[in-house]
Amino acid sequence: MSRQSTRSTDSRKVSQELFTLTYGAMVAQLIKDYESDDEVNKQLDKMGYNIGVRMVEDFLARSNVGRCHDFRETADVIAKQGFKMYLGISPAITNWSAAGDEFSLIVESNPLTDFVEIPEKHGNLYYSNILCGVLRGALEMVQMEVKAWFTQDSLRGDNTTEIRLKFIKRLEDALPAGEE
Amino acid sequence: MTIFNIHIFDRNGTCLYYHEWNRRKQAGMSREEEFKLMYGMIFSIKSFIARMSPTDYKDGFTNFKTNKYKLHFYETPSGLKFILTTDLSVNNTRDVLQQIYSQIFVEFVVKNPLCNLGEPISSELFKIKLDNFVRGLPYFQIRQS
Repeated sequence: MSRQSTRSTDSRKVSQELFTLTYGAMVAQLIKDYESDDEVNKQLDKMGYNIGVRMVEDFLARSNVGRCHDFRETADVIAKQGFKMYLGISPAITNWSAAGDEFSLIVESNPLTDFVEIPEKHGNLYYSNILCGVLRGALEMVQMEVKAWFTQDSLRGDNTTEIRLKFIKRLEDALPAGEE
Repeated sequence: MTIFNIHIFDRNGTCLYYHEWNRRKQAGMSREEEFKLMYGMIFSIKSFIARMSPTDYKDGFTNFKTNKYKLHFYETPSGLKFILTTDLSVNNTRDVLQQIYSQIFVEFVVKNPLCNLGEPISSELFKIKLDNFVRGLPYFQIRQS
């Protein structure tokens, strides 16, 4: 069973199962190493951040999108192009805050969590927390500081999986010495 | 038809890569100063063009021309700046710079976990690939002088 490859340049197809199992093995090892769920969540976020920082360059190179003019456009690009390109899913965008600086991504099927069940003793674990780190890292490289967190997780018994993304502030490029 | 040199800067002004193929006159200052001058100038030109533009613009600053050379500029949304100087016969290098970004920089620097972003590029593979790519361009030709 192999995932349809969306990359025209890469003829090697990686099996989706291998991807899911690799991620699962990594989370299992983190749990063994760190023992505390909060610590594992933090590590997943950190790893995701490092992935996001590089992934955004690959995304920009392949998708040719220009700068987004506002946060709504950013949300559209993330859901319809970003998630589609890397995970093959299209989350729905909902629950916009009144100020337009916060929204939710409803993730229906998550390839990271196929076959996964979380036992009782790891009730605090956000299994797919790496996604929050990826979003944070990627958006930081395009000058947006955001906060990403799970508000609902189907692995923890909720109906759906929902990631909330909040815009904190715009990051300005460092100015060369002498400029105002 | 020639290509003189290339600079690659990141969003903090660090010069990640510089290479020259055909440069007959030096700037008269150290490389470090030259990079700072280049980055500062590009930054100023970009902001000047944005402010003085009489209409809405799509790409902003793309190139400038003197009577001897032409400087081409391409910036990614992530703040990476690619600057190529060529002679006057070269027209539009936006595609070329975009290709350098997506097929060489992303493939051999971003995807290499041993390459630290934000530091000058030390990857030999990147240097070789870029060199081959530029030499393979239809308008590259070392002039016999």
